Amino acid sequence: MNPFEYQQVDEPATAVDAISRWRGSKFLAGGTNLIDLMKNTVEQPPKLIDINHIPLRGIEQTPDGGVKLGALARNSDTANHPLIRKNYPLLSQAILSGASPQLRNMATNGGNLLQRTRCPYFMDPAFSRCNKRTPGSGCSALEGFHENHAILGASDQCIATHPSDMCVALAALEAKVRVRGPKGERIIAIGDFHRLPGTTPQIDTTLMPDELIVSIDLPPSPYGSHSHYLKIRERTSYAFALVSVAAAIDVDSGWIRGARLALGGVAHKPWRVEAAEAALAGQKLSISLFEQAASRALSGARPRRDNTYKVEMAKRAIIRALTIAGGLA
Amino acid sequence: MTTENSSRTSTVPETDSEEYSSVNPATDMIDCKLSRRDFVKTVGYFTGAGALGLQLISVETIVECAPLEFSASAHTVELTVNGLVHKLTMDTRVTLLDALREYLKLTGTKKGCDHGQCGACTVLVNGRRINSCLSLAVTHQGDQITTIEGLSGGEELHPLQTAFIEHDGFQCGYCTPGQICSAVALLEEARRGDASFVTPDLAHTGRVELTPEEIRERMSGNVCRCGAYPGIVQAVQTASRTL
Amino acid sequence: MNTIGKPISRVDGKLKVTGSARYSAEFDMPGLCYAVLVQSTIPAGRIAGMDDSLARKAAGVLAVLTPENAQRLPGAEKRLSLLQDNQVYYNGQPVAVVVAEKLEEAHHAASLIKIRYSVSAPKLDFVAGFPSSHPGNHNGEPGDMSWGDVDGALKDSDIKIDQVYTTPIHHHNPMEPHAAIAQWNGDELTVHESAQDISGHRAKLAKLFGVQESNVRLICLFVGGGFGCKGPLWSHVPLAAMAARQVNRPVKIVLERPQMFGPVGARPRTHQRLTVGATREGKLTAIRHEVHAHTSVIEDYLESSAFPTRVMYGCPNVSTIHRIVDLNLGTPTYTRAPGVATGTYALEVAMDELAYKLNMDPLQLRLLNYTENDPQTKLPFTGKHLRDCYTRAAERFGWSNRTREPRSMRDGSQLIGWGVATETYPANRRPASALVRFKPDGRVLVATGTHEIGNGIYTIMIQTAADALNVSPDLIDAQLGDTALPPAPITAGSMTVASVTPAIQTAAERVRTRLLQMAVADSGSPVHDASVDEVDFKDGLIFRKLSPNRSEKLGDFIARNGGQPIEGIAHVEPDETLKQKFASHSFGAVFAEVSVDPDLGPTRVRRVTAVYDVGKVLNEKTARSQFIGGIVWGIGLALHEDSHMDARTGRIVNENLADYHVPVNADIGEIDVSAIDIADTHLNPLGARGIGEIGITGTAAAVANAIYHATGKRIRDLPITPQKLIA
Ligand SMILES: Cc1cc2nc3c(=O)[nH]c(=O)nc-3n(C[C@H](O)[C@H](O)[C@H](O)COP(=O)(O)OP(=O)(O)OC[C@H]3O[C@@H](n4cnc5c(N)ncnc54)[C@H](O)[C@@H]3O)c2cc1C
Ligand code: SF4
Ligand code: FES
Ligand code: FES
Repeated sequence: MNPFEYQQVDEPATAVDAISRWRGSKFLAGGTNLIDLMKNTVEQPPKLIDINHIPLRGIEQTPDGGVKLGALARNSDTANHPLIRKNYPLLSQAILSGASPQLRNMATNGGNLLQRTRCPYFMDPAFSRCNKRTPGSGCSALEGFHENHAILGASDQCIATHPSDMCVALAALEAKVRVRGPKGERIIAIGDFHRLPGTTPQIDTTLMPDELIVSIDLPPSPYGSHSHYLKIRERTSYAFALVSVAAAIDVDSGWIRGARLALGGVAHKPWRVEAAEAALAGQKLSISLFEQAASRALSGARPRRDNTYKVEMAKRAIIRALTIAGGLA
Repeated sequence: MTTENSSRTSTVPETDSEEYSSVNPATDMIDCKLSRRDFVKTVGYFTGAGALGLQLISVETIVECAPLEFSASAHTVELTVNGLVHKLTMDTRVTLLDALREYLKLTGTKKGCDHGQCGACTVLVNGRRINSCLSLAVTHQGDQITTIEGLSGGEELHPLQTAFIEHDGFQCGYCTPGQICSAVALLEEARRGDASFVTPDLAHTGRVELTPEEIRERMSGNVCRCGAYPGIVQAVQTASRTL
Repeated sequence: MNTIGKPISRVDGKLKVTGSARYSAEFDMPGLCYAVLVQSTIPAGRIAGMDDSLARKAAGVLAVLTPENAQRLPGAEKRLSLLQDNQVYYNGQPVAVVVAEKLEEAHHAASLIKIRYSVSAPKLDFVAGFPSSHPGNHNGEPGDMSWGDVDGALKDSDIKIDQVYTTPIHHHNPMEPHAAIAQWNGDELTVHESAQDISGHRAKLAKLFGVQESNVRLICLFVGGGFGCKGPLWSHVPLAAMAARQVNRPVKIVLERPQMFGPVGARPRTHQRLTVGATREGKLTAIRHEVHAHTSVIEDYLESSAFPTRVMYGCPNVSTIHRIVDLNLGTPTYTRAPGVATGTYALEVAMDELAYKLNMDPLQLRLLNYTENDPQTKLPFTGKHLRDCYTRAAERFGWSNRTREPRSMRDGSQLIGWGVATETYPANRRPASALVRFKPDGRVLVATGTHEIGNGIYTIMIQTAADALNVSPDLIDAQLGDTALPPAPITAGSMTVASVTPAIQTAAERVRTRLLQMAVADSGSPVHDASVDEVDFKDGLIFRKLSPNRSEKLGDFIARNGGQPIEGIAHVEPDETLKQKFASHSFGAVFAEVSVDPDLGPTRVRRVTAVYDVGKVLNEKTARSQFIGGIVWGIGLALHEDSHMDARTGRIVNENLADYHVPVNADIGEIDVSAIDIADTHLNPLGARGIGEIGITGTAAAVANAIYHATGKRIRDLPITPQKLIA
């Protein structure tokens, strides 16, 4: 770790002010991703601005019947909040499927949105080529080890995936990210928050470096328990997803009023599949319908040498998740 | 399973028992309390033990480290560990884990990976389990930190410690302090009804029934390479009944 | 006393659960400073230039050791990278060491060193290296050994299996990383090292630094797991000593987790071709087991995967062949059940395939080919009760309820499968010494330079001494892990108990005799003038057998006799002629039940039942943990563990515990272990054969066979991941 300065702030305005003054400085939330990467020298901020004392830990019902998740609420508190367990069990499940109890106690909602890829070439600077870490250096994963890499939306510059489970559920729930910058607050739809790599894989999100996430706003959800988060991984717990699916169905006596479907582990961002959602809407619940939706969801997949399995795995995972969400299991 | 024999000596070394810097596991405990390095000034001494429970029991000791040469990244923090306050001026880079092990010489908390991947460094901060390796010490001003050394009240072991011994929930013992701290928090989480990924019904709140499956999932943030998992599950189950 | 066999709780349990057990990095001393390794980032070539100017200037830095300035240590073993030249043989090789006041400073300074390399073409393609592979041996045993006419028998076989099985590179990953604190005092070197072989390391360090062995002391009170990687001496230990000499202060080095994936050994990759012939009735007629495994370009290590094939079944024609492929990777080494873990996987899956081809119950096939003698030498076994293991384990597991067809058992949407395999591990014993001392305070000390690595040896030492001396275990203290104590062999190869307990027994016998001789000669003693045969010592009292009331406390006796401790020391060698008369192996039978999600791929091992024949079990509780630990490793071998090498740079991409998957708690279901518990006194007086490794053997095959039974898919390349199962 490089030497760095440390400053505590206790309100959003001071945080934004502090970060605008120090080029390259970073907010410190749970630290589970940032400190990890600093130890590897992937991140070398000259200054850390500790935002943990800003009162952004609340989880509250909003007037429209949705819920506002404080950016600094811990992942474990979010997953266990009665409002979330009752109205957004999909989100609870997704969070609880990730990391470990200890890490979830530390990790914040804001930090979770901004966690960086687990691509090994990115995380280990002994590999000199990584466009995300060192723009223009090349991508070691293209011809290297890429079993866990993206099959959708990748570019020739980067095939990394976004590792979050929570964000996959947030994508399905159409969350909005409320951020505050030097010019005030703005709202970014979750679908616009994470980027595809394109030619600038070093930029993960549309958040500006001087912006602070203050909350994640969930609109009211008609899905309730007709939802399911399914995660396939190489061991039973404490492992990142090979493929994950967040499925939610608004069911009315066997008919689908509307559905939401998002995939994890397959792309540079949580991969919402609106085409598949459209295929489901207005139809009667059935496995064959789910099969069609799954095919649609993966129609644009472009796997590489060692991750072709993900296409089939994702399809099957979608079918299973929809089957459970739809109550057909 | 080695390529050469261990050296054979016909003369056995002189066997003066003082010669052996060794442990006497049958009877006494090794004293690995604060043995301060030369740059650590002892200001006061703590007498009571940070016993069971997480409240601050008494604040009597202040251990001060000499300031570092480069001031830019030096920072002063008061760490309350097992009820004892330590005032440390140190590099901002020092993690809570290294502060405990390398500065306060509380080596009960272990370093297995230093990256949040194993749970060996698990401690309780304000009663919640965290990985101390990914947490900077400077951020813990005012927090109540409980380590494995603070769980037992003197000779009296915490029920989980007793259960780990009874069910042989370890072999080499290196992951054990982390496992036990983790389990202490687990019991509290289950008591207040926190869900896990295998909890069948999220809508159901209230005390969680600690089935083996629940315990396994909830203890999965603590890797045991010796594979003592079945004993760990039994120990947690036993302790959950007695507590 | 009769403590042997009892499920006694670990005597060091309290230290371990309170965080008071001190591991090697946890000693403090005045002036202690920190060393951090800098590693190569290329697999082969030469260091063309190293710029350490920034590192030298960085805060807190005390020294930077590089190939330019490092102390010259001629004659170092090839495996060690001690900065003696500019050559790079593998990615991750130590190429510099930074020493600083604080750990944070050392880490940071290490990241400031810039290295220029001249890169040569590395050898990294395992399979492409087969044509230039070469033979080798394992612990002096030749890699190639055959009997009968395998080709002829295969030609005439009714049924044949010919398959290739592969296992990937594994890294030991004990939870405690390698660690050492080195301190010089003049010509005397003291090292606290997390080691499985303090005597061996002492000898090597003495030689390396050109000092007397008696000037080097290694201390290791607790090892936080090793599984083989802490057996050999690796570079970081001499490097710490070099650094300590240079800065003239004690130096601590603790490997970072990624550093556990390269410079400190690995289980090499294996490619195993098994050709098995049998009669229509299921009698084995021929086995050819041909192994390719990798080593480094600097030193040979042979993964002896075909060795178990030499003892497992009665078969008249057997050929076992090993070939080593040199690669630009760190030198591999012994990993829990070296050779046997990977070899039993291949052999026992091949047996399962044969059973299916024969339409025969796989357990039946094994019983049909049961051997009462070593199949090659025809020597009898020192003890073999494998048949009982099969029967007992099958019954406990409920094997008779198995339906034969793959995909025939289900639980809801999950496919259920049951599999069986045989387990084996050779019994080993080495020379060992021990000391037993009666202390003036009336307590007893038992001491030997062995290692507590989770094997429970502190407890076993006390039990052995308690029984030998008729003294309550509460009165006994144990010491180990110090080269100042009588030496014991490496703690590996399941031989610690078999080697160390005879030395303790003999030492106990000696000290007891000595005490009684002194007592009868002592005019102040109540047993004065009796003959030694007429007196006894029990529970701390010296007394006359015929009138036990005439007794004296041990402490009182010592106090009256000058207050000096009384001790017995023994050095005991195994009977080398035993090998000419007997073969000695442990055996076991393991059954596994898996559930597989046929659509999505993940496998769960729901339950495992195993019954072992390991001779006498000395402590039921610690033995159980050892068996279970082995089984957990077997499950990891079957389903999880896989070090992925970047094919271009020879660097392990998942060199961390998030991506190198070892089983977590949720991966482990019910495990039912038990032992036949019949003493094998040919090997040693207590009749214990050692239990540290057998649990991993066979288990991976039982799981793989259960997966086949569940799914009808035969995955021959470990680990069996969800992606392979849905392919
Ligand atoms: C071993 C391991 C396993 C894991 N497994 C999983 C898993 O299975 N599934 C999963 O989803 N995740 C997993 N994680 C990742 C974990 O969920 C994230 O590390 C965590 O959510 C990050 O949150 P944090 O608060 O600790 O972020 P930090 O590390 O504090 O911050 C991350 C980034 O976000 C920035 N930041 C933080 N908060 C704000 C804010 N409010 N406004 C602006 N910027 C901000 C920081 O500056 C930093 O750049 C795992 C992590 C580890 C170490
Ligand atoms: S996939 Fe992206 S993160 Fe990984 S090496 Fe390529 S550019 Fe870097
Ligand atoms: S040392 Fe902190 S999780 Fe491994
Ligand atoms: S007891 Fe050794 S790692 Fe858990």
